[in-house]
Amino acid sequence: MTNVAKQPLRIGAGAGYSGDRIEPAAELAEKGELDFLIFECLAERTIALAQAARQSDPEAGYDPLLEKRMCAVLPAARANGIRIVTNMGAANPLSAARKTLAIAREMGFDGIKIAAVIGDDVLDLINAEDWPLTDREGSSADLGKAILSANAYLGARGIVEALDGGADIVITGRVGDPALFLGPLIHHFQWPEDDWNTLGRGTMIGHMLECAGQLTGGYFADPGIKDVPDLARLGFPIAEVSQDGSAIFSKVEGSGGLLSIATCKEQLLYEILDPSCYLQADVAADFTTARFKELGPNRIAVSGGHGTERPQHIKVSIGYKDGFIGEGQISYAGPGAVARGELAIAIIRERLDLIDLPLRELRCELIGMDATNRTGKADTSALREVRVRVAGRTDTLEDARAIGAEVEALYTNGPLGGGGAISLAREVIAVASTLIPREAVKTSIHYEVA
Amino acid sequence: MLLRDIAHLRTGDKGDVSQISVIAFSTEDYALLESEVTVERLLDHLPNISVRHAHRYELPNLGALNFVLEGALTGGVTRSLALDAHGKSLGAQLLDLPVGDAQNLSVMDKAV
Repeated sequence: MTNVAKQPLRIGAGAGYSGDRIEPAAELAEKGELDFLIFECLAERTIALAQAARQSDPEAGYDPLLEKRMCAVLPAARANGIRIVTNMGAANPLSAARKTLAIAREMGFDGIKIAAVIGDDVLDLINAEDWPLTDREGSSADLGKAILSANAYLGARGIVEALDGGADIVITGRVGDPALFLGPLIHHFQWPEDDWNTLGRGTMIGHMLECAGQLTGGYFADPGIKDVPDLARLGFPIAEVSQDGSAIFSKVEGSGGLLSIATCKEQLLYEILDPSCYLQADVAADFTTARFKELGPNRIAVSGGHGTERPQHIKVSIGYKDGFIGEGQISYAGPGAVARGELAIAIIRERLDLIDLPLRELRCELIGMDATNRTGKADTSALREVRVRVAGRTDTLEDARAIGAEVEALYTNGPLGGGGAISLAREVIAVASTLIPREAVKTSIHYEVA
Repeated sequence: MLLRDIAHLRTGDKGDVSQISVIAFSTEDYALLESEVTVERLLDHLPNISVRHAHRYELPNLGALNFVLEGALTGGVTRSLALDAHGKSLGAQLLDLPVGDAQNLSVMDKAV
Protein backbone atom coordinates (compact mmCIF):
# COMPACT_ATOMS: atom_id res chain seq x y z
CA MET A 1 0.00 0.00 0.00
CA THR A 2 1.41 3.39 -0.91
CA ASN A 3 1.44 6.04 1.73
CA VAL A 4 -0.34 8.91 -0.03
CA ALA A 5 -0.71 12.08 2.00
CA LYS A 6 -4.33 12.90 2.80
CA GLN A 7 -5.99 16.09 1.61
CA PRO A 8 -5.55 19.07 3.95
CA LEU A 9 -8.30 19.49 6.54
CA ARG A 10 -10.09 22.82 6.92
CA ILE A 11 -11.13 23.63 10.48
CA GLY A 12 -12.94 26.77 11.62
CA ALA A 13 -13.18 28.18 15.15
CA GLY A 14 -16.80 29.12 15.81
CA ALA A 15 -16.55 30.37 19.40
CA GLY A 16 -13.83 31.40 21.80
CA TYR A 17 -15.98 31.44 24.94
CA SER A 18 -19.54 30.60 25.94
CA GLY A 19 -21.02 34.02 25.25
CA ASP A 20 -19.18 34.64 21.99
CA ARG A 21 -20.79 36.18 18.89
CA ILE A 22 -22.80 33.73 16.78
CA GLU A 23 -22.81 35.43 13.34
CA PRO A 24 -19.10 34.74 12.65
CA ALA A 25 -19.77 31.01 13.19
CA ALA A 26 -22.69 31.10 10.75
CA GLU A 27 -20.45 32.98 8.29
CA LEU A 28 -17.82 30.24 8.62
CA ALA A 29 -20.37 27.48 8.08
CA GLU A 30 -21.74 29.23 5.00
CA LYS A 31 -18.59 30.54 3.34
CA GLY A 32 -15.58 28.95 5.06
CA GLU A 33 -15.47 25.79 2.92
CA LEU A 34 -14.92 23.91 6.14
CA ASP A 35 -14.62 20.25 6.99
CA PHE A 36 -15.01 20.93 10.72
CA LEU A 37 -16.49 23.71 12.82
CA ILE A 38 -15.37 23.81 16.46
CA PHE A 39 -17.04 25.63 19.35
CA GLU A 40 -14.93 26.17 22.48
CA CYS A 41 -17.32 27.39 25.15
CA LEU A 42 -16.04 26.22 28.51
CA ALA A 43 -14.12 28.58 30.80
CA GLU A 44 -12.43 27.46 34.01
CA ARG A 45 -15.40 27.75 36.33
CA THR A 46 -18.24 27.44 33.78
CA ILE A 47 -18.49 23.73 34.44
CA ALA A 48 -18.89 24.22 38.19
CA LEU A 49 -21.73 26.67 37.58
CA ALA A 50 -23.24 24.20 35.11
CA GLN A 51 -22.94 21.42 37.68
CA ALA A 52 -24.84 23.57 40.17
CA ALA A 53 -27.58 24.07 37.52
CA ARG A 54 -27.72 20.32 36.94
CA GLN A 55 -28.24 19.67 40.64
CA SER A 56 -31.50 21.60 40.54
CA ASP A 57 -32.54 20.19 37.12
CA PRO A 58 -31.13 16.83 35.92
CA GLU A 59 -31.66 17.82 32.26
CA ALA A 60 -29.76 21.11 32.68
CA GLY A 61 -26.03 21.73 32.93
CA TYR A 62 -25.09 22.28 29.30
CA ASP A 63 -24.27 25.53 27.53
CA PRO A 64 -27.19 27.99 27.58
CA LEU A 65 -26.47 29.06 23.97
CA LEU A 66 -26.41 25.47 22.61
CA GLU A 67 -29.79 25.77 20.92
CA LYS A 68 -29.11 29.22 19.44
CA ARG A 69 -25.72 28.12 18.07
CA MET A 70 -26.97 24.86 16.60
CA CYS A 71 -29.95 26.57 14.95
CA ALA A 72 -27.62 29.20 13.45
CA VAL A 73 -25.12 26.78 11.91
CA LEU A 74 -26.91 23.47 11.29
CA PRO A 75 -28.53 24.35 7.94
CA ALA A 76 -25.21 25.42 6.36
CA ALA A 77 -23.28 22.67 8.14
CA ARG A 78 -25.69 20.10 6.78
CA ALA A 79 -25.65 21.56 3.25
CA ASN A 80 -21.85 21.78 3.17
CA GLY A 81 -21.01 18.51 4.92
CA ILE A 82 -19.38 20.16 7.94
CA ARG A 83 -18.95 18.15 11.12
CA ILE A 84 -19.15 19.91 14.48
CA VAL A 85 -17.10 19.38 17.65
CA THR A 86 -17.88 21.31 20.82
CA ASN A 87 -17.51 21.27 24.59
CA MET A 88 -20.96 22.83 24.98
CA GLY A 89 -21.93 19.69 26.89
CA ALA A 90 -20.36 21.33 29.97
CA ALA A 91 -21.62 19.37 33.00
CA ASN A 92 -24.14 17.34 30.98
CA PRO A 93 -22.97 16.20 27.51
CA LEU A 94 -25.68 13.50 27.36
CA SER A 95 -28.46 15.98 27.86
CA ALA A 96 -26.82 18.36 25.36
CA ALA A 97 -26.71 15.53 22.79
CA ARG A 98 -30.41 14.78 23.33
CA LYS A 99 -31.25 18.46 23.00
CA THR A 100 -29.24 18.69 19.77
CA LEU A 101 -31.07 15.62 18.50
CA ALA A 102 -34.40 17.32 19.14
CA ILE A 103 -33.20 20.48 17.35
CA ALA A 104 -31.97 18.48 14.35
CA ARG A 105 -35.29 16.63 14.09
CA GLU A 106 -37.26 19.84 14.39
CA MET A 107 -35.22 21.31 11.54
CA GLY A 108 -35.85 18.20 9.47
CA PHE A 109 -32.28 16.92 9.40
CA ASP A 110 -32.90 13.20 9.66
CA GLY A 111 -29.98 10.85 10.00
CA ILE A 112 -27.61 13.21 11.84
CA LYS A 113 -25.44 11.19 14.20
CA ILE A 114 -24.64 12.91 17.48
CA ALA A 115 -22.06 11.65 19.96
CA ALA A 116 -21.62 12.58 23.61
CA VAL A 117 -18.16 12.01 25.10
CA ILE A 118 -18.51 10.94 28.72
CA GLY A 119 -15.88 10.45 31.39
CA ASP A 120 -14.48 13.83 32.38
CA ASP A 121 -16.63 13.93 35.53
CA VAL A 122 -14.33 12.52 38.24
CA LEU A 123 -16.16 13.93 41.26
CA ASP A 124 -16.57 10.50 42.88
CA LEU A 125 -12.86 9.78 42.54
CA ILE A 126 -11.87 13.15 43.98
CA ASN A 127 -14.30 12.74 46.89
CA ALA A 128 -13.12 9.18 47.58
CA GLU A 129 -9.51 10.13 48.27
CA ASP A 130 -7.43 13.10 49.35
CA TRP A 131 -5.59 14.81 46.50
CA PRO A 132 -2.85 17.44 46.90
CA LEU A 133 -3.74 20.72 45.16
CA THR A 134 -1.27 21.87 42.53
CA ASP A 135 -2.08 25.58 42.40
CA ARG A 136 -1.79 26.31 46.13
CA GLU A 137 -1.02 24.77 49.52
CA GLY A 138 -3.36 22.10 50.84
CA SER A 139 -5.40 19.23 49.51
CA SER A 140 -8.86 18.49 48.17
CA ALA A 141 -9.99 17.38 51.63
CA ASP A 142 -9.53 20.98 52.86
CA LEU A 143 -12.32 22.02 50.50
CA GLY A 144 -14.54 19.33 52.04
CA LYS A 145 -18.27 19.63 51.48
CA ALA A 146 -17.85 22.84 49.48
CA ILE A 147 -16.76 20.79 46.43
CA LEU A 148 -19.35 21.01 43.63
CA SER A 149 -17.59 19.46 40.68
CA ALA A 150 -14.37 17.79 39.57
CA ASN A 151 -13.61 17.43 35.89
CA ALA A 152 -10.56 15.98 34.19
CA TYR A 153 -9.08 17.69 31.14
CA LEU A 154 -9.56 14.82 28.69
CA GLY A 155 -7.40 14.48 25.61
CA ALA A 156 -8.52 14.02 22.01
CA ARG A 157 -9.06 10.26 22.21
CA GLY A 158 -12.82 10.29 22.91
CA ILE A 159 -13.43 12.78 20.11
CA VAL A 160 -11.39 10.65 17.68
CA GLU A 161 -13.37 7.55 18.64
CA ALA A 162 -16.69 9.39 18.13
CA LEU A 163 -15.57 10.69 14.71
CA ASP A 164 -14.26 7.25 13.72
CA GLY A 165 -17.72 6.01 14.75
CA GLY A 166 -19.28 8.32 12.17
CA ALA A 167 -20.55 11.14 14.40
CA ASP A 168 -21.56 14.34 12.60
CA ILE A 169 -21.65 16.27 15.85
CA VAL A 170 -19.45 15.51 18.87
CA ILE A 171 -20.39 17.04 22.21
CA THR A 172 -18.02 16.87 25.15
CA GLY A 173 -17.74 18.17 28.67
CA ARG A 174 -14.29 19.15 29.89
CA VAL A 175 -11.50 18.37 27.44
CA GLY A 176 -8.29 20.30 26.94
CA ASP A 177 -9.30 23.15 24.61
CA PRO A 178 -6.75 22.27 21.89
CA ALA A 179 -8.00 18.67 21.92
CA LEU A 180 -11.27 19.86 20.33
CA PHE A 181 -9.16 20.66 17.25
CA LEU A 182 -6.60 17.89 17.62
CA GLY A 183 -9.39 15.25 17.63
CA PRO A 184 -10.54 15.92 14.04
CA LEU A 185 -6.88 16.11 12.92
CA ILE A 186 -5.99 12.72 14.42
CA HIS A 187 -9.20 11.23 12.98
CA HIS A 188 -8.50 12.59 9.49
CA PHE A 189 -4.75 12.06 9.21
CA GLN A 190 -4.62 8.98 11.44
CA TRP A 191 -1.67 10.41 13.32
CA PRO A 192 -0.18 7.74 15.61
CA GLU A 193 -0.80 8.47 19.28
CA ASP A 194 2.94 8.55 20.00
CA ASP A 195 3.97 10.79 17.10
CA TRP A 196 4.79 13.52 19.62
CA ASN A 197 6.13 16.09 17.17
CA THR A 198 3.05 15.99 14.95
CA LEU A 199 0.70 15.94 17.93
CA GLY A 200 2.66 18.92 19.29
CA ARG A 201 2.07 20.83 16.05
CA GLY A 202 -1.62 19.89 16.01
CA THR A 203 -1.93 21.05 19.60
CA MET A 204 -0.22 24.32 18.71
CA ILE A 205 -2.74 24.92 15.91
CA GLY A 206 -5.62 24.04 18.23
CA HIS A 207 -4.28 26.38 20.89
CA MET A 208 -4.08 29.24 18.39
CA LEU A 209 -7.66 28.64 17.21
CA GLU A 210 -9.35 28.03 20.53
CA CYS A 211 -10.03 31.71 21.30
CA ALA A 212 -11.54 32.23 17.83
CA GLY A 213 -11.48 36.00 17.13
CA GLN A 214 -8.33 36.53 19.20
CA LEU A 215 -6.34 35.13 16.26
CA THR A 216 -7.98 37.37 13.68
CA GLY A 217 -7.64 40.79 15.27
CA GLY A 218 -9.68 40.62 18.48
CA TYR A 219 -7.89 41.73 21.68
CA PHE A 220 -5.26 43.42 19.48
CA ALA A 221 -6.29 46.91 18.33
CA ASP A 222 -4.45 49.95 19.69
CA PRO A 223 -5.62 52.90 17.57
CA GLY A 224 -2.88 54.62 15.61
CA ILE A 225 -0.37 51.89 16.46
CA LYS A 226 -2.09 48.59 15.81
CA ASP A 227 -5.22 49.31 13.79
CA VAL A 228 -7.70 46.56 12.98
CA PRO A 229 -10.41 47.11 10.36
CA ASP A 230 -14.08 46.39 10.95
CA LEU A 231 -13.98 44.78 14.42
CA ALA A 232 -17.78 44.89 14.58
CA ARG A 233 -17.75 42.26 11.85
CA LEU A 234 -14.71 40.33 13.05
CA GLY A 235 -14.24 37.13 11.06
CA PHE A 236 -13.25 33.98 12.96
CA PRO A 237 -10.20 31.94 11.89
CA ILE A 238 -9.83 28.96 9.61
CA ALA A 239 -6.84 26.60 9.60
CA GLU A 240 -6.07 24.51 6.55
CA VAL A 241 -3.95 21.80 8.12
CA SER A 242 -1.63 19.46 6.22
CA GLN A 243 -0.64 15.91 7.01
CA ASP A 244 2.67 17.03 8.60
CA GLY A 245 0.90 19.37 11.03
CA SER A 246 1.78 22.60 9.28
CA ALA A 247 -1.13 24.92 8.47
CA ILE A 248 -2.33 28.02 6.71
CA PHE A 249 -4.50 30.39 8.74
CA SER A 250 -7.10 32.52 6.96
CA LYS A 251 -10.56 33.96 7.44
CA VAL A 252 -13.62 34.43 5.25
CA GLU A 253 -13.01 36.91 2.45
CA GLY A 254 -14.67 40.24 3.21
CA SER A 255 -15.05 39.61 6.95
CA GLY A 256 -13.64 42.14 9.44
CA GLY A 257 -10.49 41.84 11.48
CA LEU A 258 -6.82 41.28 10.79
CA LEU A 259 -4.78 38.11 10.57
CA SER A 260 -1.07 38.90 10.61
CA ILE A 261 2.18 37.49 11.94
CA ALA A 262 1.75 39.82 14.92
CA THR A 263 -1.75 38.52 15.77
CA CYS A 264 -0.44 34.96 15.37
CA LYS A 265 2.51 35.47 17.70
CA GLU A 266 0.32 37.10 20.35
CA GLN A 267 -2.14 34.23 20.26
CA LEU A 268 0.61 31.58 20.17
CA LEU A 269 1.83 32.81 23.56
CA TYR A 270 -1.59 33.64 25.03
CA GLU A 271 -2.05 31.99 28.45
CA ILE A 272 1.15 30.01 27.98
CA LEU A 273 3.49 29.52 30.91
CA ASP A 274 6.59 27.63 29.71
CA PRO A 275 6.37 27.85 25.88
CA SER A 276 8.64 24.82 25.50
CA CYS A 277 6.35 22.62 27.57
CA TYR A 278 2.64 23.20 27.10
CA LEU A 279 1.16 20.24 28.95
CA GLN A 280 -1.92 18.58 27.54
CA ALA A 281 -3.33 15.08 28.04
CA ASP A 282 -2.18 14.10 24.52
CA VAL A 283 1.31 15.59 24.37
CA ALA A 284 3.74 18.08 25.89
CA ALA A 285 3.88 20.65 23.09
CA ASP A 286 6.85 22.92 22.38
CA PHE A 287 5.96 26.21 20.69
CA THR A 288 9.44 27.75 20.71
CA THR A 289 10.28 26.51 17.21
CA ALA A 290 7.10 27.83 15.55
CA ARG A 291 7.64 29.79 12.32
CA PHE A 292 5.21 32.15 10.60
CA LYS A 293 5.19 33.37 7.02
CA GLU A 294 2.84 35.88 5.42
CA LEU A 295 1.45 34.41 2.19
CA GLY A 296 -0.83 37.35 1.46
CA PRO A 297 -3.30 39.64 3.19
CA ASN A 298 -4.93 37.77 6.08
CA ARG A 299 -3.17 34.56 5.09
CA ILE A 300 -0.41 33.23 7.36
CA ALA A 301 1.46 29.94 7.15
CA VAL A 302 2.58 28.27 10.39
CA SER A 303 5.14 25.51 10.57
CA GLY A 304 7.59 24.17 13.12
CA GLY A 305 6.61 23.34 16.66
CA HIS A 306 7.48 20.10 18.40
CA GLY A 307 6.29 17.76 21.07
CA THR A 308 7.47 15.28 23.63
CA GLU A 309 5.80 12.38 25.39
CA ARG A 310 2.47 13.09 27.06
CA PRO A 311 2.39 13.43 30.86
CA GLN A 312 1.40 10.46 33.01
CA HIS A 313 -1.01 12.58 35.04
CA ILE A 314 -3.85 14.73 33.84
CA LYS A 315 -5.20 17.93 35.29
CA VAL A 316 -8.46 18.03 37.20
CA SER A 317 -10.35 21.22 37.87
CA ILE A 318 -12.27 21.21 41.16
CA GLY A 319 -15.14 23.66 41.51
CA TYR A 320 -16.11 24.60 45.06
CA LYS A 321 -18.23 27.11 46.94
CA ASP A 322 -16.09 29.86 48.37
CA GLY A 323 -18.40 32.25 50.19
CA PHE A 324 -19.93 35.38 48.72
CA ILE A 325 -18.79 38.66 47.21
CA GLY A 326 -20.69 41.89 47.82
CA GLU A 327 -19.93 45.01 45.88
CA GLY A 328 -21.07 48.63 45.65
CA GLN A 329 -20.11 51.46 43.30
CA ILE A 330 -20.87 55.20 43.21
CA SER A 331 -19.50 58.03 41.05
CA TYR A 332 -18.21 61.53 41.81
CA ALA A 333 -17.44 64.25 39.25
CA GLY A 334 -16.16 67.80 38.97
CA PRO A 335 -13.30 69.51 40.81
CA GLY A 336 -12.46 67.64 44.00
CA ALA A 337 -13.92 64.39 42.64
CA VAL A 338 -10.93 62.38 43.88
CA ALA A 339 -11.09 63.88 47.39
CA ARG A 340 -14.81 63.14 47.61
CA GLY A 341 -14.25 59.60 46.36
CA GLU A 342 -11.56 59.10 49.00
CA LEU A 343 -13.86 60.51 51.68
CA ALA A 344 -16.58 58.08 50.54
CA ILE A 345 -14.17 55.15 50.95
CA ALA A 346 -13.13 56.33 54.43
CA ILE A 347 -16.80 56.55 55.44
CA ILE A 348 -17.52 53.04 54.10
CA ARG A 349 -14.58 51.56 55.98
CA GLU A 350 -15.78 53.14 59.22
CA ARG A 351 -19.38 52.06 58.59
CA LEU A 352 -18.40 48.44 57.97
CA ASP A 353 -16.55 48.55 61.31
CA LEU A 354 -19.47 50.18 63.10
CA ILE A 355 -22.01 47.63 61.92
CA ASP A 356 -19.43 44.93 62.71
CA LEU A 357 -19.85 43.21 59.35
CA PRO A 358 -17.92 39.90 59.32
CA LEU A 359 -15.57 40.35 56.34
CA ARG A 360 -12.94 37.89 55.15
CA GLU A 361 -11.41 40.43 52.78
CA LEU A 362 -12.15 43.99 51.65
CA ARG A 363 -11.00 45.99 48.66
CA CYS A 364 -11.70 49.71 48.14
CA GLU A 365 -10.59 51.62 45.06
CA LEU A 366 -11.36 54.51 42.73
CA ILE A 367 -12.22 53.47 39.18
CA GLY A 368 -10.42 55.92 36.90
CA MET A 369 -7.47 56.11 39.26
CA ASP A 370 -6.31 52.87 40.83
CA ALA A 371 -8.86 50.10 40.19
CA THR A 372 -6.95 48.53 37.32
CA ASN A 373 -3.95 50.88 37.17
CA ARG A 374 -1.03 49.16 38.91
CA THR A 375 1.67 51.71 38.09
CA GLY A 376 0.98 53.87 41.13
CA LYS A 377 0.94 56.86 38.77
CA ALA A 378 -2.11 59.09 38.31
CA ASP A 379 -2.56 62.83 37.88
CA THR A 380 -5.30 63.16 40.49
CA SER A 381 -5.78 66.93 40.03
CA ALA A 382 -6.71 66.43 36.35
CA LEU A 383 -9.36 63.78 37.01
CA ARG A 384 -12.89 65.11 36.46
CA GLU A 385 -14.60 61.93 37.57
CA VAL A 386 -13.95 58.82 39.63
CA ARG A 387 -16.07 55.89 40.62
CA VAL A 388 -15.82 54.41 44.11
CA ARG A 389 -15.73 50.64 44.13
CA VAL A 390 -15.96 48.60 47.32
CA ALA A 391 -15.85 44.79 47.17
CA GLY A 392 -15.76 42.37 50.10
CA ARG A 393 -15.78 38.65 50.75
CA THR A 394 -18.29 37.30 53.24
CA ASP A 395 -19.64 33.99 54.49
CA THR A 396 -23.29 34.77 53.81
CA LEU A 397 -25.31 36.38 51.04
CA GLU A 398 -26.93 38.69 53.58
CA ASP A 399 -23.56 40.06 54.68
CA ALA A 400 -22.52 40.46 51.03
CA ARG A 401 -25.63 42.55 50.36
CA ALA A 402 -24.81 44.80 53.29
CA ILE A 403 -21.70 46.07 51.48
CA GLY A 404 -23.62 47.41 48.50
CA ALA A 405 -26.31 48.79 50.80
CA GLU A 406 -23.70 50.85 52.67
CA VAL A 407 -22.42 52.26 49.36
CA GLU A 408 -25.96 53.13 48.24
CA ALA A 409 -26.56 54.91 51.54
CA LEU A 410 -23.88 57.39 50.48
CA TYR A 411 -26.51 59.00 48.23
CA THR A 412 -28.07 60.72 51.23
CA ASN A 413 -25.42 60.23 53.91
CA GLY A 414 -22.15 60.70 52.02
CA PRO A 415 -20.15 63.39 50.23
CA LEU A 416 -21.46 65.97 47.74
CA GLY A 417 -22.69 64.73 44.38
CA GLY A 418 -22.58 60.94 44.61
CA GLY A 419 -24.44 59.41 41.65
CA GLY A 420 -25.13 56.21 39.79
CA ALA A 421 -24.83 53.84 42.74
CA ILE A 422 -25.13 50.12 42.11
CA SER A 423 -25.13 47.18 44.47
CA LEU A 424 -24.27 43.57 43.65
CA ALA A 425 -23.97 40.33 45.60
CA ARG A 426 -23.15 36.86 44.33
CA GLU A 427 -22.06 33.43 45.47
CA VAL A 428 -18.45 32.59 44.58
CA ILE A 429 -17.74 29.34 42.78
CA ALA A 430 -13.97 29.06 42.81
CA VAL A 431 -11.67 26.58 41.12
CA ALA A 432 -8.70 24.60 42.41
CA SER A 433 -6.52 22.14 40.50
CA THR A 434 -5.08 18.71 41.15
CA LEU A 435 -3.56 15.87 39.11
CA ILE A 436 -4.76 12.29 38.75
CA PRO A 437 -3.14 9.30 37.01
CA ARG A 438 -4.33 9.08 33.42
CA GLU A 439 -5.47 5.45 33.87
CA ALA A 440 -8.01 6.67 36.42
CA VAL A 441 -10.09 8.28 33.67
CA LYS A 442 -12.39 6.10 31.60
CA THR A 443 -13.94 7.64 28.51
CA SER A 444 -17.03 6.34 26.76
CA ILE A 445 -19.12 7.45 23.80
CA HIS A 446 -22.88 7.62 23.66
CA TYR A 447 -24.62 8.04 20.28
CA GLU A 448 -27.99 9.51 19.29
CA VAL A 449 -29.26 9.39 15.71
CA ALA A 450 -31.92 11.78 14.40
CA MET B 1 11.65 55.59 23.02
CA LEU B 2 8.86 53.65 24.68
CA LEU B 3 8.20 49.92 24.62
CA ARG B 4 5.12 50.44 22.42
CA ASP B 5 7.38 51.87 19.68
CA ILE B 6 9.20 48.58 19.20
CA ALA B 7 6.99 45.88 20.66
CA HIS B 8 3.43 44.67 21.10
CA LEU B 9 2.08 42.55 23.89
CA ARG B 10 -0.80 40.39 25.08
CA THR B 11 -1.90 39.44 28.58
CA GLY B 12 -3.37 36.11 29.63
CA ASP B 13 -4.29 34.40 32.88
CA LYS B 14 -4.17 30.90 34.28
CA GLY B 15 -5.52 30.54 37.80
CA ASP B 16 -3.60 32.99 39.99
CA VAL B 17 -0.90 33.50 37.33
CA SER B 18 -0.77 36.50 35.03
CA GLN B 19 1.15 35.98 31.82
CA ILE B 20 2.37 38.79 29.57
CA SER B 21 4.04 38.24 26.21
CA VAL B 22 6.18 41.07 24.83
CA ILE B 23 6.93 40.71 21.12
CA ALA B 24 9.24 42.80 18.94
CA PHE B 25 7.58 44.25 15.83
CA SER B 26 10.90 43.70 14.08
CA THR B 27 13.12 40.82 15.17
CA GLU B 28 16.11 43.21 15.00
CA ASP B 29 14.79 44.83 18.18
CA TYR B 30 14.66 41.57 20.10
CA ALA B 31 18.13 42.09 21.56
CA LEU B 32 16.99 45.41 23.01
CA LEU B 33 13.95 43.74 24.57
CA GLU B 34 16.10 41.01 26.00
CA SER B 35 18.57 43.41 27.58
CA GLU B 36 16.11 46.01 28.85
CA VAL B 37 12.73 44.44 29.51
CA THR B 38 13.75 42.47 32.55
CA VAL B 39 11.63 41.02 35.34
CA GLU B 40 13.05 43.68 37.64
CA ARG B 41 12.07 46.57 35.37
CA LEU B 42 8.61 45.10 34.78
CA LEU B 43 7.95 44.86 38.51
CA ASP B 44 9.36 48.38 39.07
CA HIS B 45 6.92 49.69 36.48
CA LEU B 46 3.96 47.92 38.13
CA PRO B 47 4.69 48.46 41.84
CA ASN B 48 1.06 47.90 42.86
CA ILE B 49 0.87 44.23 42.06
CA SER B 50 2.08 41.65 44.49
CA VAL B 51 3.87 38.74 42.87
CA ARG B 52 4.97 35.56 44.61
CA HIS B 53 7.40 34.60 41.88
CA ALA B 54 8.21 36.06 38.47
CA HIS B 55 9.94 34.36 35.56
CA ARG B 56 10.90 35.48 32.06
CA TYR B 57 11.00 32.96 29.21
CA GLU B 58 13.03 33.99 26.16
CA LEU B 59 11.96 33.10 22.61
CA PRO B 60 14.62 34.52 20.27
CA ASN B 61 13.12 32.58 17.33
CA LEU B 62 9.91 34.53 17.65
CA GLY B 63 11.51 37.77 18.87
CA ALA B 64 9.45 37.47 22.03
CA LEU B 65 9.64 37.37 25.80
CA ASN B 66 7.06 35.66 28.00
CA PHE B 67 6.60 36.87 31.57
CA VAL B 68 4.93 34.59 34.08
CA LEU B 69 3.82 36.37 37.24
CA GLU B 70 2.72 33.90 39.91
CA GLY B 71 0.28 35.15 42.52
CA ALA B 72 -0.40 38.37 40.60
CA LEU B 73 -4.18 37.93 40.38
CA THR B 74 -5.18 38.10 44.08
CA GLY B 75 -6.46 34.54 44.11
CA GLY B 76 -7.29 34.15 40.42
CA VAL B 77 -10.25 35.02 38.26
CA THR B 78 -12.72 32.80 40.05
CA ARG B 79 -12.30 34.37 43.49
CA SER B 80 -10.49 37.70 43.18
CA LEU B 81 -12.17 40.88 44.45
CA ALA B 82 -10.44 42.92 41.74
CA LEU B 83 -12.43 44.84 39.12
CA ASP B 84 -10.33 43.18 36.41
CA ALA B 85 -10.03 39.75 37.96
CA HIS B 86 -8.37 38.32 34.82
CA GLY B 87 -5.71 41.03 34.96
CA LYS B 88 -6.25 41.56 31.24
CA SER B 89 -5.47 45.27 31.59
CA LEU B 90 -2.06 44.62 33.20
CA GLY B 91 0.19 44.18 30.18
CA ALA B 92 -0.96 47.34 28.42
CA GLN B 93 0.43 49.33 31.34
CA LEU B 94 3.91 48.32 30.22
CA LEU B 95 3.53 50.07 26.86
CA ASP B 96 5.10 53.29 28.18
CA LEU B 97 8.10 51.55 29.69
CA PRO B 98 11.12 53.57 28.49
CA VAL B 99 13.55 51.58 26.34
CA GLY B 100 16.67 52.38 24.34
CA ASP B 101 17.81 56.01 24.50
CA ALA B 102 14.88 57.11 26.64
CA GLN B 103 15.77 54.44 29.19
CA ASN B 104 19.37 55.69 29.30
CA LEU B 105 18.12 59.27 29.67
CA SER B 106 15.81 58.42 32.52
CA VAL B 107 18.65 56.61 34.28
CA MET B 108 20.77 59.75 33.81
CA ASP B 109 17.96 61.93 35.15
CA LYS B 110 17.88 59.85 38.26
CA ALA B 111 21.67 60.14 38.62
CA VAL B 112 21.40 63.96 38.45
